[in-house]
Amino acid sequence: MTSDASDVLDVGDLYKSYSGLVAVDHVSFKVRRNEIVGLLGPNGAGKTTIINTILGVLAPTSGTIRIAGIDVAGRRSAALAKTNFAAVYASLPGNLTVAQNLRVFGLIYGVRGLSQRIEELLEQFELARFRDTKCGLLSSGEQTRVGLAKALLNRPELLLLDEPTASLDPSAAQIIRGRIRRLTVEASCGILWTSHNMYEVEEVCDRVLFLSRGKVLLEGDPKRLPKEHGAATLEELFIHFAREPLATSAEAPR
Amino acid sequence: MKVRPIAGIVLRQFYLFRGSPVRLLPMFAWVAVDIVLWGFITRYLNSVTASGMDFVPTLLGGVLMWDFFIRIMQGVTTAFLEDVWSRNFLNLFATPVSTAEYVTGLVITSVATSLIGLVVMLVLATALFGLPFFKLGVLLVPFLLVLFSFGIALGVFASALVLRLGPASEWLVWPLPALLSPFVGVFYPLSTLPPWMRGVGYALPPSYVFEGMRSVINGQTFLPALLAWGVALAILQIVLAAYVFSRVYRYAVRTGLLARYSAETVA
Repeated sequence: MTSDASDVLDVGDLYKSYSGLVAVDHVSFKVRRNEIVGLLGPNGAGKTTIINTILGVLAPTSGTIRIAGIDVAGRRSAALAKTNFAAVYASLPGNLTVAQNLRVFGLIYGVRGLSQRIEELLEQFELARFRDTKCGLLSSGEQTRVGLAKALLNRPELLLLDEPTASLDPSAAQIIRGRIRRLTVEASCGILWTSHNMYEVEEVCDRVLFLSRGKVLLEGDPKRLPKEHGAATLEELFIHFAREPLATSAEAPR
Repeated sequence: MKVRPIAGIVLRQFYLFRGSPVRLLPMFAWVAVDIVLWGFITRYLNSVTASGMDFVPTLLGGVLMWDFFIRIMQGVTTAFLEDVWSRNFLNLFATPVSTAEYVTGLVITSVATSLIGLVVMLVLATALFGLPFFKLGVLLVPFLLVLFSFGIALGVFASALVLRLGPASEWLVWPLPALLSPFVGVFYPLSTLPPWMRGVGYALPPSYVFEGMRSVINGQTFLPALLAWGVALAILQIVLAAYVFSRVYRYAVRTGLLARYSAETVA
C-alpha cells in the first residue's frame, strides 16, 4: 500500500496483542483529506485500541502509523500536533471552566492566535454563555460540545471522533454532524469516526470499515454496502457481522 | 523542549489554585502550624535544659528546611495527581506534549508553590521565634538547592510510582518524606544513628544539608566537600528519577496501562 499527499492517516499492518490476546490483527487502512471514514464493529472489536495507537497512548506490537506523512512512533510530537480527538470517555477536567480548558489545551497544542481561536470555537459550538462555567457542571451534551471545540483547537488535519454524538439529543446530534461534515470541506481534514448509530454512519461517512475480533472484515460505501451484501440496512449488516464475525460476504444475509 | 506546552501545564495548575481557596490553604497553613508548634517546643527546651544550647536554630531551622523539602516533593506529586484525579491522562498524553515538557511544567508549579511556603515559614520563624536563618549566609543557597533537587527527584519518582501502580497507590507516596526523615538527621547528627541507618542516611542528599547546617550554627568545622557530594548526589537522583519516570511511561504506553488509566477509579 503506497501513501500519497492526500492521505492524512496511513495505518499499515497494525498488530497489537496483550499477553497472547490479539486486539488488532494486521489492520491496514487510510483516511484521505475531505473524507470521513467510519470505524464500525461490536464492543471489543478493537476500535478504541486502533484509536489509542493512532493517538500514541498505546504502542503497537508491530505495524506503522503515519499522520500527514509523519511516523507516530518516530516523531510523536510532530505527528500529534496535526491531529486531535474527542471521545465520550475522555471528558475535559471538570474543575476548569470551558475557556480555561480551551486555553490550556490550546497552549499545549501550540495554537497561534489562541484567544481569537477560542472565541471562534465558543461561537461555533454555542458555548459562549458557558465560557466561565466549570466543565464538570455542564450537561453531558454540553460537555460533548466542549470536547469537540477542544478537538478543533489546532485545526487538525486528522480528527479522531469516538462516538462523538453519543450524549447528544437527536437535534443537537444532527447539528453537530452537519458541522463536522462541513469541516472536512472547509478545513480539508480527514476524520476517523466510530459510532454505534448506523443511521448516523450512513448519513456522515464516505466509507466504512467493519471490524471484528481485531480484523477488518468489510470496507466500502455505507450507502451501497448493505445491498452488496444482501442486507436491507446497514444496521442489519452490522448485526450480522457482529454475531457472525467470521462470516464472509458470501454468507451475508440475503 | 517547547515553551508553550510547558506554559499550558503550569497554567492549568494556576487556574486550579486561583479557583479553589482549599488548594491555596495547604501551601502555607500546615507549614505555619509546624513552625508555631516547633517554635514553642524549642522555647520550652531552651527553658528546661541547663546546657545553655539554643535549640531554635537547630531544631526550628531543621523543621523549616525539612518542610521546604516536603513542599517541593508534594508540589510535584500533587500537580501530577490533579491529572489522575480528573482522569485527564488520555487528553494530555494524546497531545504533542513530551514527558520532559510535562514534568518540567510540574516542577515549575512546585517551585512556585514551595517558595510561597518558604516565605511564610521564614517570616513566622524569624518574627515569632527569632530564628537566625540568615546566619547560614551564602551556604543557604546550596542547602536549599540540595533540598529542592531532592524534593524534585522524590516527587518525580513518586509520580512514576503512581503511574505504574495505579491511582490507588497515591497513599503510598504521601508518607515517603516521613519514612526518610529518621535517616537524614533532621533533628540529630547522623552519628546518633546505628551504622546501617547511617549508611542509608549517607545515600540521601538532605543528610549533608542538616549535618552542614548544624556545623555552621554550632561553630564547628564545615566541610564544603561533603556538601558538594550532597549536591552531586541530588543531581544524580534527579537524573535517575527522570529515567525511572520515562521508563514507566514507556511501559504504560506499551502495555496499555496509560490508555486504561482513565478507566480506573481512585479506590
